[in-house]
Amino acid sequence: MPKFGMVIDLEKCTACQACVVACAVENNLPPGNINDAQMNRIIRWLKILPISEAKGGIFKMTLIPFTCQQCSRPPCTYVCPVSATYKNPDGIVAQVYWRCIGCRYCVNACPYTIKFFNWYEPENPYKENANPDVSIRENGVTEKCLFCHHRLQRAKEAAKYENREIGVDEYQPACVEACPTKAIVFGDIEDAQSKVAELSHSPRAFRFLEELGTAPNITYLKEIK
Amino acid sequence: MTTEGNIQRIESKVLQSIIIKPSIGYRFFILVCVFFISLGLFFWIKQITLGLGVTGLNTPVFWGVYIVNFVFFIGISHAGTLISSILRITDTQWRTPFTRMAEAITVFSLPFGAGSVVIDLGRPDRLLHPLNFPHLTSPIIWDVLCISTYLITSCLYFYLALVPDIALCRDRLKNVSLFKQNIYKTLSLGWKGTPNDWKTLNKILTGMSIFLFALVISVHTNVSFVFGMTLKPGWHTAVIGPYFVLGAIYSGVATVIVVMAILRRVYSLEEIVREEHFQKIGKFLLTLCCFWFYFTVVEVLTTFYGGESAHMIVFKAKFFEEYAVIFWLMFVLNFIIPFAVLSNFFSLIKHRTIPNMVIVSIIINIGMWLERYSIIVPSGARPYLPWQTGHYLPTLTEWSITLMLFSGFFLLLGVFIKFFPIITLWELKESIHTSNPNKSEKN
Repeated sequence: MPKFGMVIDLEKCTACQACVVACAVENNLPPGNINDAQMNRIIRWLKILPISEAKGGIFKMTLIPFTCQQCSRPPCTYVCPVSATYKNPDGIVAQVYWRCIGCRYCVNACPYTIKFFNWYEPENPYKENANPDVSIRENGVTEKCLFCHHRLQRAKEAAKYENREIGVDEYQPACVEACPTKAIVFGDIEDAQSKVAELSHSPRAFRFLEELGTAPNITYLKEIK
Repeated sequence: MTTEGNIQRIESKVLQSIIIKPSIGYRFFILVCVFFISLGLFFWIKQITLGLGVTGLNTPVFWGVYIVNFVFFIGISHAGTLISSILRITDTQWRTPFTRMAEAITVFSLPFGAGSVVIDLGRPDRLLHPLNFPHLTSPIIWDVLCISTYLITSCLYFYLALVPDIALCRDRLKNVSLFKQNIYKTLSLGWKGTPNDWKTLNKILTGMSIFLFALVISVHTNVSFVFGMTLKPGWHTAVIGPYFVLGAIYSGVATVIVVMAILRRVYSLEEIVREEHFQKIGKFLLTLCCFWFYFTVVEVLTTFYGGESAHMIVFKAKFFEEYAVIFWLMFVLNFIIPFAVLSNFFSLIKHRTIPNMVIVSIIINIGMWLERYSIIVPSGARPYLPWQTGHYLPTLTEWSITLMLFSGFFLLLGVFIKFFPIITLWELKESIHTSNPNKSEKN
């Protein structure tokens, strides 16, 4: 069983936000309106985390593409009262919309604050052109990045039809494909030959809030000066 | 006067509250409650149709006033169990005039605590999913189990302790409406007051008290686990369990004092609920007040000394920044004022009088509500990662629904006192018998 992971090279990333757009289109995320923005209720499964620091009078801002960290020990799945969020057999932290009761416990438990809640019936003007592989969410449920799990399903089905194993590059999330500088690398981190495994052991590698014991599967690369 | 005559007089005095016609004040009170309930229902229906967007909640403040109400109502429900079960086990005499109302507060506040969670759900239509697809590692499931057990047990306990008094109503009140007579007849379960009846009742109640004692600790600890089990700064602390239990008892006892003082005044029960009873429960409240201070200091000092960065951000938000007003107001209302008044701190004059105790008890309840607010909201607004820090301002919808819950609670209490005796008469009789002149020499 592969263990999917992602490596984001912050030195290659230009913070162009192509990944953010690709993710929103792929996963039928509503564009959001001005009221949502004022209330901080916009849903973006992948968004840019601004980290600002002021050192010796110089203001510096680092922009980091941030998504569900797909923890190996996810705090959100432990607290869900109905198993609406759980670790699926592919190792991806999944979300079942029709089972979610909207208690928002998982959202609170997530130390990365990267799960989202539908405060209203989502308003999506592009519903007719929606991606048919991804379900449209309903009012009052939680949602999150699923590593474009529908693409994995599609790749699996294709492989099964042709009676073969699924290939290395056959399954890539939308954000990875959209990245113009190839800053995001995706794959099986347990496969020692894969690029993602190699990069995740790089001396530049770090993970967010690893000290909490969540064992995130998203690795960031940055030279520490 | 003989003891028997004394008891006769007390009985008719207590039963007066059921017989006398509702006063204008009472009708007005009921009307106000009904008005706020309908207003809240209107907003609740609006929230169900539109979604939780009508509240002020957002990312990252996902829980707000509704969860504060949940903890608050479950909190005040603990008074009943404490006063009537724990003090029953230890056979504390001053509890007797308070037991009935304390139990009533328990039974009537629990539905509103549980109801707050339902109001807070994004999908109230899926309310039964936790039973259909339970995930046992979730503290919410623990809560569901605990609170439903608590609700059933305390209702049963309340009802069983009521049976001899209902039987008394059945035998004594012949002039009330047929409806009430039928209620008494059915609910008294054919109670005859034979020694065997009493033996069975005492056995059951004592057994249940012991069970409730364990339950009361576990229920509020479980409520705190909903917060404590997450990694959130400000929530993830071991002291949160006992802190919640203590806070629950503190606000619960304060509520009992308010309700009892009002009823004492309205139905002139000065003779039964005496000054000395209030003095004793006042001292008890003072003890709880000191314990509350102790827990607060322990929690604050541990966080401050550890100085973990994420925890310190929440700490600073509470102490100096956005939530400082709420935090310090809570501290004044929960400790400084109650301590000064209840301990007769400043003086030669006595502060611990009944009117002062009522004011202090109301202040404590406001303070305890703010305490839950200052635990729940700042931790939400200051998550681990530096996302745009959240702000949260409850909307009109949330306030109306909060008012609805409080009015509902008062309405249930108000209706109850018109049907059943507000004092546990049989316990009172027992205590009068035991404190007979011949026996009281021992004390």
